[in-house]
Amino acid sequence: MRPADFPPPWRDEEAIAAPGADPDPVEVDVAVVGAGPAGLAAAIRLGQVAPGLSVAVLEKGRYPGAHLLSGAVVRPGPLRALVGAFPSYGEVPGEAVYLLSRRRAWRVPTPPTMRNAGNVVVSLAELGRFLAERAEAGGAAVLPETPAVALLVEHGAVVGVRTGRGEEVRARVTILCEGTAGHLTGAALSALGLAGPSPQTWALGVKEVWRVPRPLDRVVHTLGWPLRAGARYREFGGSFLYPLGREHVSVGLVVGLDYRDAALSVHDLLQELKTHPLVRAVLAGGERVEWGAKTIPEGGFVALPRAFHAPGLLLCGDAAGLVNVPALKGVHYAVESGRLAAEAVAAGDPASYDAALRSSVLLRELHAVRNVRQAFAHGLLRGALVAGAAILSGGRLPPGDRPTERDADQPLLETGRASAYPPADGTLTFDKLSSVFLSGNRSREDQPSHLRVAERVPRLVAEAWVRMCPAQVYEAEGEGERVTVRVTPSNCVQCGAITAKGGRLTPPAGGSGPEYRLS
Amino acid sequence: MTRGALGVLAKARSLGEAHGVVCGARVRGVAEAVGGVVWVADDERLAAPLWQPRVDVLARLVREEGYDTVLLAQSVLANDVAAGLAARLDAGLNWDLVDLAVRDGALVGTKPALADAVLVEAGWTSPVRLGLFRAGSLDAAPAAEPPELRAAAVELEERSLLAELVEAAAAGPEEAGPSIEEAEVIVAGGRGLGAPERFALLEELAEALGGAVAATRAVVDAGWYPYQAQVGQTGKTVAPKLYLAVGISGAIQHKVGMQGSGTIVAINKDPHAPIFEYADLGVVGDLHEIVPRLTELVRARRS
Amino acid sequence: MKVAVCVKAVPDAATGVGLDPQTGRLDRSGEVALSAFDSHAVEEALRVREAAGAGEVVVVSLGPERAAEALRKALAMGADRSVLVSDEAFAGADLLATARALAGALERERPDLVLFGQQSPDGEGACLWAAVAELLRWPAVSQAAELALEPGAVSARRQTELGYERIRAPLPAVVAVSDAINEPRYPSLKGIMGARAKPQERLSAAEVGGAVAPRTAVLAVGPPPARGERRRVEDGAGAAEAIVAFLAERRLL
Repeated sequence: MRPADFPPPWRDEEAIAAPGADPDPVEVDVAVVGAGPAGLAAAIRLGQVAPGLSVAVLEKGRYPGAHLLSGAVVRPGPLRALVGAFPSYGEVPGEAVYLLSRRRAWRVPTPPTMRNAGNVVVSLAELGRFLAERAEAGGAAVLPETPAVALLVEHGAVVGVRTGRGEEVRARVTILCEGTAGHLTGAALSALGLAGPSPQTWALGVKEVWRVPRPLDRVVHTLGWPLRAGARYREFGGSFLYPLGREHVSVGLVVGLDYRDAALSVHDLLQELKTHPLVRAVLAGGERVEWGAKTIPEGGFVALPRAFHAPGLLLCGDAAGLVNVPALKGVHYAVESGRLAAEAVAAGDPASYDAALRSSVLLRELHAVRNVRQAFAHGLLRGALVAGAAILSGGRLPPGDRPTERDADQPLLETGRASAYPPADGTLTFDKLSSVFLSGNRSREDQPSHLRVAERVPRLVAEAWVRMCPAQVYEAEGEGERVTVRVTPSNCVQCGAITAKGGRLTPPAGGSGPEYRLS
Repeated sequence: MTRGALGVLAKARSLGEAHGVVCGARVRGVAEAVGGVVWVADDERLAAPLWQPRVDVLARLVREEGYDTVLLAQSVLANDVAAGLAARLDAGLNWDLVDLAVRDGALVGTKPALADAVLVEAGWTSPVRLGLFRAGSLDAAPAAEPPELRAAAVELEERSLLAELVEAAAAGPEEAGPSIEEAEVIVAGGRGLGAPERFALLEELAEALGGAVAATRAVVDAGWYPYQAQVGQTGKTVAPKLYLAVGISGAIQHKVGMQGSGTIVAINKDPHAPIFEYADLGVVGDLHEIVPRLTELVRARRS
Repeated sequence: MKVAVCVKAVPDAATGVGLDPQTGRLDRSGEVALSAFDSHAVEEALRVREAAGAGEVVVVSLGPERAAEALRKALAMGADRSVLVSDEAFAGADLLATARALAGALERERPDLVLFGQQSPDGEGACLWAAVAELLRWPAVSQAAELALEPGAVSARRQTELGYERIRAPLPAVVAVSDAINEPRYPSLKGIMGARAKPQERLSAAEVGGAVAPRTAVLAVGPPPARGERRRVEDGAGAAEAIVAFLAERRLL
């Protein structure tokens, strides 16, 4: 039984529309959808090289940064080249990778792709606010609380977007920088035929920011527990602990959404992780100050769009799948892609963006690790071996392109895993609802639902969604083999997991959702 | 004179020589009921609840009689009077006070600030001092002396008469039972009740507790309950000994109308409702089950 | 028909956690927004202008330089101009100093109608309108839940503790509107983008008649009045019993 057998009531064509419904549209030269690192880099670069162009950046969150969440350790080069100094918590002071069991931790050599010397720790939400200011200083209009719900297409070309309030923004070029599980990007990929050879897959990351009494002196990554290594479970992922200065720590767990255990809940596994002696020691005496969740595209090279350009349209950042999973890097890719998109537009030749991106070092790097993630479908050990071979051979091994499989196509298993989740003690471990509160989520209760899922599904599928969602949006109601899925859309933090695993996230009313500050 | 104003007067008298002022038309009876020295500004032109004529009266009293302090209990009218008087006399105004004291010969007011997160001590640097007090913050006390009425001159400036009352507030049919401003126990209902009929549950509880029923603006606007019962920024301000908020989220517009209550108990199914931040006892649960059971228990206890 | 709206920039509702990044400190603690109560006043001013067919809506505020951002929201909603009185001399301005500054700016503008929002969320602006009206020597009506313009006058239906009453005042007049009066419009995208191009004037203390020393002083700030411990009961059976026990403990039953 697979979630994909119960598809949501959604067709990507719903997000494509003809222009003309708005009698008084806004007209700009460039419309950027998403005020994240990709979108803001594009806006900033346009301000630098083409100051005469009018640029509008549409952002669905209440302010730029409200929906940005990451660890994050960032390669600083592209940002420095673009804006000079930017807010960060300094260079990575040191790093360590551990393999965990329930009670123990073994230090393992840092895999070459994960070496972070010279990289800096940042709060992506803070970075977003900073970049938005710079974009505005460069002349772009940043418009928060403005989701883009449909692409306006006329005569085979994208001519702008429609916002959540029905207003139209007409643009000669629309740059989609929506981030993971991008709404318009998803529609463009399928309805405009831009999808690549292999489907996109995602991982779900749930993280917390803690104020701690003792500073953490290194960037930590872990593998192993609480994830299971066996191939039948397909649990790929790991955790991170990053120092945010001397007073805060960012801790999170990332798990590939191709997992099969219907009882798997990343949020609860994170709570479990915190009980491990290694992690507990870092957080002891501290206080949780923020919580959040977001998916990360993991398909890599083989899941990239067949083309990053269509008439009137460019695709950047996480929305286009530009994330290097073995290196855990996506932010500087987003910045680079935004910059290249802006330069192509400024040169009057948007189509050249595609070639510029493909010949860049980003895509060479992605190509070299194109088969690494897929190898972990066969378990941790085999994955590690194949990954090692791929990395050491610079991508020549294994030969060819291993395809990815849709997360929703994975069959579901029933295990008793949920009994191991720690009860919420309110000090170290927490339940989902109080966590949603800490994300700053202030969605209005009377909003229509922005989540599309099948309503009547087998109990196991419903359970998978209930556990999957870190914000407790879904509930299963009823007895018997089929149950009714109840949705509480106001809890949603728009992580995108449902899009990966059988449903479809669409943008809710502008300004709703989380309000990340430190994530 | 309202309970609030009597409280302020009692506090003022405890600190020094203090006199009351009553403004209106045909108000001698009210003034007499206060006790002690009370100025009466009795004039038809003061019948309407307009603030500017009252500023004229008070400003004149201050100048002629040499008062250095003017205190009022907050109300829609009093707030406007106080601010206008402050501008007229170039005097400092501290509002939202809950207490007053004399320290080293200076008058010091106490007021909560920052959504009740801190307590501030406020003073005055001007020769004339104005103070506005939160309703219900001070208890009234009977006057020590018999009533002594003094007639205050009512000389109004032309500009003070520009505004006119076109339609007086309709004093609708009062509900049976204590008016909410005088009640010692209030059971208040908000949108969380779900339907107007649910107010019947609250009426039964209020009856068992010997109190009155109040409502938030949202439900009054929706026609679920009469305006006279409305508590909040645009309704009445109450300060009973016990305030039971049922199905009320507790947004600030409501809070300012009942924050002076002695004990606040809130029942709401949403654990994140703002009211839980200032309720003494917060109950997260289904009011449809809790309220009837509570009524049952209260009745059993009382009998 | 010229309508002036006096607004206040207040701290944004989202709370920030003070952090010191090691490079490039980003201070967001001063983020400001247009007070929700003032949005009703701006909206009403726009409706008055629309009903009159022509006219001008000017938003006026006293505040630090940052407050200009909040004024831009009013411009995005449709106001024509903004005037920000901003001067070091006004740091720590109290009710009177604020009223004087606003009155000074309003005297320069000579509007027909001045609107205020009923109260700012931090409760600081209590009855500013009455002080301003007194200084201008104009009539003022507060708590307006409904506004109607008549030739040369304004008629307001207001809420008081006793119910609704209607007051008429000749123009020029000051009216403070309650949040029951309307639903403020969302600024359109065009409005937001056009706001930056609208005239945004700055006035110094000298241009509004100077700043006066505060007539009140904060002597001390201390911990809140002890309300006693807050208790919580999560549901299950026994919630009603818990309430009874609590009330009995406090001798309320």
